[in-house]
Amino acid sequence: MSDTFLYGIEVVMNGLMAGVLYALVALGFVLIYKASGIFNYAQGVMALFAALTLVGIMEGQVPFSHLINAIFGTNIHHFGWEVPAILAIFLTMGVMVLFAYLVQRFVFRHLVGQEPIILFMATIGLAYFLEGFGDLMWGSEIKKLDIGLVQGASVWFEDLTSGLGGDGFYGFYIDVLDVTAAVVAVILVVSLTLFSQYSKQGRAMRAVADDHQAALSVGISLNFIWILVWSIAGFVALVAGIMWGAKSGVQFSLSLIALKALPVLMLGGFTSIPGAIVGGLIIGVGEKLFEFMIGPMIGGATEAWFAYVLALVFLVFRPQGLFGDKIIERV
Amino acid sequence: MSDNSQDISQGGYTTVDGRKIGGVMMEMKNITLRFGGVVAISDISFNIHEGEIRAIIGPNGAGKSSMLNVISGFYNPQEGEVWFHGAKRPNMRPYQVAEQGIARTFQNIALFEGMSVLDNVMTGRLTKMKSGMFAQALWKGKAEQEEFENREVVEKIIDFLEIQAIRKTPVARLPYGLKKRVELARALAAEPKLLLLDEPMAGMNVEEKEDMSRFILDVNDEFGTTIALIEHDMGVVMDLSDRVVVMDYGRKIGDGTPAEVLANQDVIDAYLGVSHD
Ligand SMILES: Nc1ncnc2c1ncn2[C@@H]1O[C@H](COP(=O)(O)OP(=O)(O)OP(=O)(O)O)[C@@H](O)[C@H]1O
Ligand SMILES: [Mg+2]
Repeated sequence: MSDTFLYGIEVVMNGLMAGVLYALVALGFVLIYKASGIFNYAQGVMALFAALTLVGIMEGQVPFSHLINAIFGTNIHHFGWEVPAILAIFLTMGVMVLFAYLVQRFVFRHLVGQEPIILFMATIGLAYFLEGFGDLMWGSEIKKLDIGLVQGASVWFEDLTSGLGGDGFYGFYIDVLDVTAAVVAVILVVSLTLFSQYSKQGRAMRAVADDHQAALSVGISLNFIWILVWSIAGFVALVAGIMWGAKSGVQFSLSLIALKALPVLMLGGFTSIPGAIVGGLIIGVGEKLFEFMIGPMIGGATEAWFAYVLALVFLVFRPQGLFGDKIIERV
Repeated sequence: MSDNSQDISQGGYTTVDGRKIGGVMMEMKNITLRFGGVVAISDISFNIHEGEIRAIIGPNGAGKSSMLNVISGFYNPQEGEVWFHGAKRPNMRPYQVAEQGIARTFQNIALFEGMSVLDNVMTGRLTKMKSGMFAQALWKGKAEQEEFENREVVEKIIDFLEIQAIRKTPVARLPYGLKKRVELARALAAEPKLLLLDEPMAGMNVEEKEDMSRFILDVNDEFGTTIALIEHDMGVVMDLSDRVVVMDYGRKIGDGTPAEVLANQDVIDAYLGVSHD
């Protein structure tokens, strides 16, 4: 086999892994959009906020320490303890549930029945608020997130595959962390699907997504379901935040990278959970492969725009995305 | 104005056709509901007895749907009290009312268009599903047992309303008359004590109306369900209902057996369109 072909395969594999992370963020979008028609611009920032909170709790950081120090002239920053990763993850999840409750109670509860664009604007406000709040609470420096996930090349896989190519080929490079992310994503999607299909709350979620009046009449509390949905989106954000943070550190650019979820949604459709996954993988693989094959001819750096252009092409030819509900024009 | 000649007290009574009706289940006391300047319901009182079929009639815009919405918690009245099973009910959200055993259908049909008939009817069981999400995750056996029992009830109702043939059909594809029937099925799946039907026969042809009338009578007869329904077709109202409340411009202008309200001059005037001044 030619080495170029083998490198091509490696590019595809790495693209798949990057795609998993896009898919995780896109998944959070889809959950909220289906249940409430809200396009949640803040999903990426929620991932960032979750990761910041997780690191903060694990390291025993004092929240709002800058603010406290500025007001009281103190100089505190750490409690002096460390919290085990598992416990910190549970605590962070608690914070995300609290966030879900507050968002519903103080923002969206007052916006029920408003135009989608107004809901969307509200989430933009929410995104910037949360970003600033995260900064205020935990500080803005880049943080390392280490919850004990194995990282780095899989030597085993490299050895296993090194025989495939010639002398210059040392085997496929795969980051173990990426594999973990993929496995976690699969587990997440399967459990979310089971939950939505078979549990009482999952049924209620689907009902609310379909018709509010009807949902009310069968005894569903819209408020409860929306808090639940935002909590689940918070959980998905936490998972995405952990994976992404472990890979490239917890930094504020995470919320920008998360915008890649937009083209993912254009591809997969805004209402489809499998769509979010497949869309994420296509974008992940597509941009890596494009950079690998076409990039050198046109000066590289194609990863910055490839996803958006691909989404544009999709918008023109298949506006509902690969898996989205068919848009039927009524005339 | 009112001709509550029969003066049915808190206790039960026996209908013209000899059915035994229980005591008062629901009592509306001096209900007033306003939308801005519009008074949709103006100081109306009436009650619904256990086991009876109670009709609410009146011209368009009289406030009938608003009354049903008050009972089901979709609207909360500015004035007045709602009493249910002998206790004053605080202002409630629709889901809380549903949990109390009150199910409803809508004038404009509110179904889950993206779901099959079976799934729609299944959502009617939500108030009966006990297992929370953690119980379901941890204790699969119990959840499965519950699912099985819910399915049994739902299948019984589907048979009862003769919609077996469309069980798996997506609701969006059904004709209007069948949608109304599915909506009734979903309401029945909750095994309600009180069933509220907002114009269950609107837009139906004669044959469909006959079917629907039969179902309503059977539900009342076989399950003992108390029913309050809004209907425009006077023939249907005469056939179905034990007692009738007549509304016009948000006020109550008649209350009694069908024969009684038909003999009421205010009611005749309202229906013949005598000018209000
Ligand atoms: N949500 C609402 N907001 C504002 N006004 C309302 C609302 N619901 C009802 N109304 C008004 O209250 C009055 C009574 O309406 P309602 O729907 O109860 O009448 P109805 O007797 O059911 O009429 P129909 O036979 O046409 O269904 C009408 O004037 C209507 O415009
Ligand atoms: Mg009406």
